[in-house]
Amino acid sequence: MLALPFLLLFTVFTAWPVISSLYMSFTDIKSRDLRSPFNVSFVGFENYARVFADETFRKSALNTAYFVVVAVPLTLGIALAAALALDKGITRFRTLFRVGYFTPVVTSIVAVAVVWRFLLQPDSGLVNTVLGWVGINGPDWLGSTTWSMPSLIVMASWRNFGTAMIIFLAGLQSVPVMLHEAAAIDGASSWQQFRHITVPLLRPTLLFVSITTGVGYLQFFEEPFVMTQGGPLDSTISISMFTYHQFGFGNYGFAAATSYVLFVIIVALTAVQFRLFRSNT
Amino acid sequence: MTTNTLSTDTLPSKTSRNKRSGSSRWWLYVVLTLGFIAVITPFVWMILGSFKSQGELLRSPPTWLPESPTLNNYRQLFDKASFGRYFANSILVAVAVTAGNLLFCSMVGYALAKMNFRGKKLVFTLVMGTLLIPGMVTFVPLFVLVANLGLVDSYPGLILPFLVGPFGVFLMRQFIIGLPDELLDAARVDGASELRIFRQIILPLCGPGLATLGILTFLGSWNNFLWPLVVAQTQEHYTLPVALALFSTGQNVTNYGLLLAGATVVVVPIVIVFLIFQRRFSEGIATTGIK
Repeated sequence: MLALPFLLLFTVFTAWPVISSLYMSFTDIKSRDLRSPFNVSFVGFENYARVFADETFRKSALNTAYFVVVAVPLTLGIALAAALALDKGITRFRTLFRVGYFTPVVTSIVAVAVVWRFLLQPDSGLVNTVLGWVGINGPDWLGSTTWSMPSLIVMASWRNFGTAMIIFLAGLQSVPVMLHEAAAIDGASSWQQFRHITVPLLRPTLLFVSITTGVGYLQFFEEPFVMTQGGPLDSTISISMFTYHQFGFGNYGFAAATSYVLFVIIVALTAVQFRLFRSNT
Repeated sequence: MTTNTLSTDTLPSKTSRNKRSGSSRWWLYVVLTLGFIAVITPFVWMILGSFKSQGELLRSPPTWLPESPTLNNYRQLFDKASFGRYFANSILVAVAVTAGNLLFCSMVGYALAKMNFRGKKLVFTLVMGTLLIPGMVTFVPLFVLVANLGLVDSYPGLILPFLVGPFGVFLMRQFIIGLPDELLDAARVDGASELRIFRQIILPLCGPGLATLGILTFLGSWNNFLWPLVVAQTQEHYTLPVALALFSTGQNVTNYGLLLAGATVVVVPIVIVFLIFQRRFSEGIATTGIK
C-alpha cells in the first residue's frame, strides 16, 4: 500500500515522540538511564512543580512573553504596511521590493544572528555608526540588560516580516476592487476604506498569520543562542533555551516537562487568538 | 490607483484625491527604498566584511569597501575549519530529506486524495494534528529514541526524523485532489495497479506541487538548527548552521572575518536558489497561508 512507508516513518519519528514526551515528563529519566531504562521511575507532577518553582524558568517565561508580545505586532505591522504599499500604493518595481523584502526569510537565523551581532557592536558596529551620524550615542546593544531583548526583537522582525507580507499580499488580492471603487464614489477616505473594507475581509488572513508568527516566536532559540547566550544576566534566555540547557545537563524528564509547558502555552495562545478574532467580527 | 478609470469631470472631489495620492506615491517610493536598504545592507555588509582583515573589521569608524581585499578568511574557513565538509554534510542531508519528502508525501497524498481505505479519516486527522506541534516539544524523546537505535552522531540520525512531514502531506493532498478523476478511472478500467497509476499518471502531473514542496523542504533542511545541534556530536557530522553557531560562541567568538565568511557560505547559496525560484517560494507560502 502507498501510505505504508510514510505511516511507518511518521509513527516512529513524529507520533511516538509526542506521546512519549508527555510520559517522560512524569518520570525522572536522565541521560545515564539511556542504557538502563528500568531505573526510570514515575514521579507524577514533581517535574512540573519544579518547573514552576524554578527562578530561571520564570525569568525565561517572562522573556518569552516579552519577545512575543512586542515582536508579533511589530512584525505584522511592518508586513501589513509593506503589503498595502506594494498592492495599491506603487506601480513600478513591485517585484524588486517584494523579492528584496522576502530575502531575509530564506536565510539561516544562525547566519543572520552572527552578522547582526557584528552590526550591533558598540564601537565599530554599523548600527551605532549610523546613529552617530544623527548625533545619537548608541548603547552596547547586546551587552545591556535593557537593550539586549529589543535588539533580538528588531532582528527577528527584520528577518521574518517577509513571510507575513507575502501572505497579506495574497489576501489583499482576494479583496474585490469593486468594493473600493464603490466606497470611493461614496466619498470614503483611504483610511475609512482600509478600516471598513480591507481589515474585515483580511481577518482570516490576519488570524492565520498572527497564529503562525506567534507559534514560531514562542520557540525562539537561535537568536539568543548565537547573539547573547541568554545573557546578560539571563535577560534574553528563552523557554526553548532553558529546555535545551536542561537537556544538556542530562535532565531529560525535567526538560520534557518544560517543553510540554511550552506546548500548552502554544495551544492556549492559539485558542485565545481564535476567540479574539471571532468576537471582533 | 484603481479609480483612475472613472471620469474626474463628474466627480470634482476626486481631483484633489488623485493629486494627494500622486504625491503620497512619491513618498511611498522613498520609504520603500529606505526599507529595501535596511533589509539588504546586512547582507552587503556581511559579504564585504568577509574580504576584510581582522584589523580593518575592528576599526572605528568602519570602512565600507575592503581596503586590501583578502581571501584569507575563506582560506582559513575551508583549510583549517573544514567548512567544505560541513557544506557537503548540509547538501547531503538536505537532498536526502527533500527526496524522501517528495516521494513519501506524494504517495500518501495520493492515497488520501484519491483512494478509499479504512482509517483514511483517522490518518488525515492525525497528520494534521501534528502540524502545529513544534520541534521543541519532541526533540528530547526523539533524541532518546535515536540514541536507543544507536543513531546518534550519524547521517541516518540527521535524516530519518525529517524524511516525512505533515506539511508535505497536506500540500500534496491539496494538489492531487485537484487532478481530474477521469484519468484515474480510465487507467483503473484498463487494469493498471495503483502503484502504476501513481508512477505513470499522478507523478508526471504533480510537477508544480512537487517543485514547491521540494524547494520549501530543501530550505527548511538547509537552515535547520536545533536537531542537528543535538544529534551531531562530532565535527564529522556538523551541518553548516551548527558549525557556524558553535564557532561563533566558541574560541572564534571574536574572529569576525572568519565568522562573516562562514555566514556568507551559509547564506549566499540559498539566496541564489531563492532568486532563481522566487515565484515558487511565494506561491508555496501564499497557498499554505490561504488554505
